Amino acid sequence: MLSVFLVGLYVLVLSIFVGFEIISKVPPMLHTPLMSGTNAISGITLVGAVVAAGFSQDLLTTILGFFAVVCGSINVVGGYLVTDRMLRMFKKK
Amino acid sequence: MSAFAANLIDLKDWIYLIAAICFIVGIKMLTSPETAAKGNYISAFAMLLAVGITIISGQISDFTWIAAGIAAGALVGIVASRLVKMTAMPQMVALYNGLGGAASALVASSEYLRKLDELTPFLSTVILLSLFVGSLTFTGSVVAFAKLQELVSGKPVVFPLQHLINLTLIVGTLAIGVFLVAVEPVNIPWFIAVSGIAMVLGVLVVIPIGGADMPVVIALLNSYSGIAVSLTGFVLSNNALIIVGSLVGASGIFLTNEMCVAMNRSIWNVLFGGFGQGAATGAAAVQDPTGAVKPYTIGDAVNVLEASQRVILVPGYGMAASQAQHAVRDLGDNLEEMGIDVKYAIHPVAGRMPGHMNVLLAESNVPYDLLKDMDEINPEFRQTDVAIVIGANDVVNPAANEDPSSPIYGMPILNVEEAKTVMVLKRSMNPGFAGIDNALFLRDNTMMLFGDAKSTLNKLVEGVKGK
Repeated sequence: MLSVFLVGLYVLVLSIFVGFEIISKVPPMLHTPLMSGTNAISGITLVGAVVAAGFSQDLLTTILGFFAVVCGSINVVGGYLVTDRMLRMFKKK
Repeated sequence: MSAFAANLIDLKDWIYLIAAICFIVGIKMLTSPETAAKGNYISAFAMLLAVGITIISGQISDFTWIAAGIAAGALVGIVASRLVKMTAMPQMVALYNGLGGAASALVASSEYLRKLDELTPFLSTVILLSLFVGSLTFTGSVVAFAKLQELVSGKPVVFPLQHLINLTLIVGTLAIGVFLVAVEPVNIPWFIAVSGIAMVLGVLVVIPIGGADMPVVIALLNSYSGIAVSLTGFVLSNNALIIVGSLVGASGIFLTNEMCVAMNRSIWNVLFGGFGQGAATGAAAVQDPTGAVKPYTIGDAVNVLEASQRVILVPGYGMAASQAQHAVRDLGDNLEEMGIDVKYAIHPVAGRMPGHMNVLLAESNVPYDLLKDMDEINPEFRQTDVAIVIGANDVVNPAANEDPSSPIYGMPILNVEEAKTVMVLKRSMNPGFAGIDNALFLRDNTMMLFGDAKSTLNKLVEGVKGK
């Protein structure tokens, strides 16, 4: 277990550094699409949610999983679409 | 398990890796408005890969609930993304932060129930952390949404012993957490209690924060939702979630810091300061003996604009509040047709979320190369004939530069007062959300144009048209 945890910790620390490095270069002009875009990708929890909703061990876990799927899907679909809508508004002279 | 399914599970980890790379590339392409839309597609493609491979990789026995959940969520997402007004983006992002938190808390709860027999101290810890952060993010975001949507007052709500109550709740949760990890892992009532206390805390930490500080709160809740995703990644031993969560968390923390720097305040001051409670002292500005507020007519303003060569438009939250972004663009266009050089100055905390003004002006078709950041535009005010302030207040208050006794002293502002003439479009003499009087309105080179920003702008457009 510890080794899985350690690998996860490596991944965590390194990707935080990558995250800061990239995101500090996003211009302030695009900070709103950045936020809605990160909303969309945080819908990756769907990966856990679909397993919870589809494993059907008992009704309660399935229901919890179902609501997680709903929340995650709203984030993914709504997040990407609204980000796209915004980004297409940015035009050069 | 069939060989086919086993191969798929092996394949799954490779797909997650590809997805993680695509997410990073997608965000990287957000660094320029030219590549940003494409980056968003790449990121969406990565999501499709990750979720798709999870669904078909054989761990699932019943697809009914998944299909129903995705259909419901997608429907809400599609409708919301079409209907939401650009002025309402802060509320929408606040709500999405909350849904992200809720999803993490729900997955954590479900995993807890699924794995009651195999709870190790490590698994219990990450499940509880994920539950705690997710639940807190959920209710905190709902309160932020309600404030931004003006379902509740945007004013800070403070009450006695606030910090002590919060501290007690945190210590209490910690104690329950230790008990659940070390003593009795399978205890559903206490597990629910952790979520309940976290939800109460989420409300308590956001209600004392005022409307003008919402950009910071939304950014901070954004980072919490990312942290919750990373924790869920530890629960599921899934590196893709850990990576995505870190990216979101880093983004939220970066933006939180940017907003704090732009207000010259520490995050602690924003979270615990109860800033902006004095928002009822509007009369003081009018009584200021050093000057008298001079209301001008549209005709006066048109005459000044006609004689100018360089104009900078400075939007603030008031532009969003009166949906005036199209009228702003209209005025900008007409001035350009008169041969005037027009630019737009954007303060980092103008509006209710990072980048809010840029999106609104982009919506009204202002080319993004005319939108200038504070550091870029500030040296230009000195050579500018007219700065037109549209519903901005604190971000142009010269007290930030000049008055050490002012609560906003030291905050970087747009130096509009250096322009030859400053026109301020304002509904009334009420102070801004920070509740601070603005000496700019009393300056000799300031022309106050009272009224709704949109109708004043339209009258200005009428005035300059055909000149």
